[in-house]
Amino acid sequence: MGTPLYRESLDFPTAALPLLKNEQLRGNVRHATNVIQEKRSHVVGEMPDWQLLRDAGQSIRAHTLAYLDTYLEQFEQRCTAAGGHVHWARDAAEANRIVAQLAQNATNRVIKIKSMTTEELGLNRALEAAGIQPVETDLAELIVQLGHDWPSHIIAPALHINRHQVRELFARTMNLPELGDRPEDLTEAARQYLRQRFLNTPVAISGANFLIAETGGVCIVESEGNGRMCLTLPHTLISIAGIDKVLPRFRDLEVMLQLLPRSATGERMNPYNSMWTGVHPGDGPQEFHVVLLDNRRTEVLRDAEARETLQCIRCGACLNTCPVYRQTGGHAYNSVYSGPIGAILTPQLASMKSGQSLPYASSLCGACYEVCPVKINIPEVLIHLRGRIVAEKARSIHALNPEAIAMRAMQWIFLSSTRLKTAQKLGRIAQRPFIRASGWIEWLPGILGGWTRKRDLRPLPPQSFREWFEKRAAGSGGGPHE
Amino acid sequence: MSNVLDARSEILARIRSALGRDASAPNADAAWSAIARNYQQAGDLDPVNCVELLVDRLHDYGADVSHCPQSQLAATIAGILRRRNKKRMLVSPDIGPAWLSHDAGCTFIVDDALSYEAIDDCDGVLTGCIAAIAATGTLCLCHQSGSSESIGGRPLQCRRALTLIPDYHLCIVRASDVVKTVPEAIRMLDSHKKQPITLISGPSATADIEMTRIQGVHGPRVLDVVIVD
Repeated sequence: MGTPLYRESLDFPTAALPLLKNEQLRGNVRHATNVIQEKRSHVVGEMPDWQLLRDAGQSIRAHTLAYLDTYLEQFEQRCTAAGGHVHWARDAAEANRIVAQLAQNATNRVIKIKSMTTEELGLNRALEAAGIQPVETDLAELIVQLGHDWPSHIIAPALHINRHQVRELFARTMNLPELGDRPEDLTEAARQYLRQRFLNTPVAISGANFLIAETGGVCIVESEGNGRMCLTLPHTLISIAGIDKVLPRFRDLEVMLQLLPRSATGERMNPYNSMWTGVHPGDGPQEFHVVLLDNRRTEVLRDAEARETLQCIRCGACLNTCPVYRQTGGHAYNSVYSGPIGAILTPQLASMKSGQSLPYASSLCGACYEVCPVKINIPEVLIHLRGRIVAEKARSIHALNPEAIAMRAMQWIFLSSTRLKTAQKLGRIAQRPFIRASGWIEWLPGILGGWTRKRDLRPLPPQSFREWFEKRAAGSGGGPHE
Repeated sequence: MSNVLDARSEILARIRSALGRDASAPNADAAWSAIARNYQQAGDLDPVNCVELLVDRLHDYGADVSHCPQSQLAATIAGILRRRNKKRMLVSPDIGPAWLSHDAGCTFIVDDALSYEAIDDCDGVLTGCIAAIAATGTLCLCHQSGSSESIGGRPLQCRRALTLIPDYHLCIVRASDVVKTVPEAIRMLDSHKKQPITLISGPSATADIEMTRIQGVHGPRVLDVVIVD
């Protein structure tokens, strides 16, 4: 076990290997990502001003980060004035403690709206430890919770599971032996299972899609109505939001509410968007708390070249389009944040101490940047983080590792033309036993085998460019390979 | 509660240090106003086509849509409720009593701090809306609460629970409140922005199982709309 954010010490290639052999899982992921991508491209294609909206989305989010302290203070002041309570949490432990204490005062059961932030905190485990039973109410999160599974997608956490698997799970855990396996049957089962819990649970816990600094309001975007149930019916509502979730003004929603649904689920608008400000007498929860969570987001903010990671509005479009995610699904990332955004967010939130293989889980094809509604240049951040990982290794005890030694040797060789020429001559002799009849090197011993395990290597040519150029200057002419 | 204060000051200090300054930066307002917004700020359709687009989008979500002049509204509402066999309908304060006809064969119930169980006993809810967005098929509800029953002279919609617990929602849209784009609707909502707001785009739905869209999960499973001229 690792932190809640990052699950195990397995690196990405090791974790991906068994998943790549799971045909069922790959089929489920392929189907789901294909469907979302098709819908997205249809509804994005009908927007003549899509690129201008992306530009505005990027500007709004970058502006917010540049004035983050101002907007958080403003949000706190306005939310408090409207009857809400604002709490600040430096890390997961502090956030979990605040939420558990608030809930413990009122109940031993809470209903929850799907929230990746609470997944990041491991909040459910913390609540259970405090004697409080958390009930997930989003259909996919309920599937994940009842199956003791892990979310595999930011938007559709149970995307790796098909209807037959859900049917087995619900039949067993809800004691419904006669349950059918049509999505309609399964949805109805969830409705029945949750209905009374919505009507008589006194405390709900949610994340937040957006905090609005201008009004002190909160916005939650959803489809099923479980969100509305949780944020309307209980007496107490506790919303947990990363400090990055704030927007300057109400008007900024006109951009985000166009970008988010089309990017996330391929809908022109998702069925329900709710906004509220503090406590509204006679309507909805009469006790409202917001927990503003840092949990190393300020460290991401500190790195000017990776700061744009925090612009993310969690739409998941980069997952659906990523050729790596589409093959492995989300579990290979071992993080609640998977796919390209997970590959840059996870290691940063883990202080670059775990998840170090994730920035390499990409072919840098750039598809994620193309679809990102707030134009996060994920490939550039990936390369930047790879650089940080290498630099940190070079500084640490790992400076004695074979790769670092080899790189320093290469540097020494490349700095002198005589040494380079000698090395090339030696290389041409040393490679002879490994060149196959095909003309390629297909196997190399030791750590060099890391390259040839996945691909063939072209041998050093009989003559280098410099040798050819020198001969040519001496008047012998001809091409480099003559 | 000194611990709470500590976390607050520490996080704000971390942010300022990360951004390379030691106090709040001035001029957030000026910088916000300078953000380029070159996207569409208003629609390019005449009112008739705008309403047509809304109807198309609502059909796309599986909502039933009727269209009538003001003089026919009470009869239209009554017809829909008879067809749907609704006997007990909750009524939002923005629905004029003149629109509630005895011909509906239905008891209209006004919210008097009803319990959730009492709301759950009703067949549905009848509301208006502040605006409707044609491009996305969205109905914008502003709920009244506390002392703010009417802002700008128009009554708002009932509290949120009424539009959520019953299984059926009938929403009246004035044709003059239909706009094409999201920015136009956000401008119309601006004076109500501190009220609870619900944007509804079709009946509740999920696609969590194999990306198959299933209508009707926890919110009202059936949504009917009447557009009135």
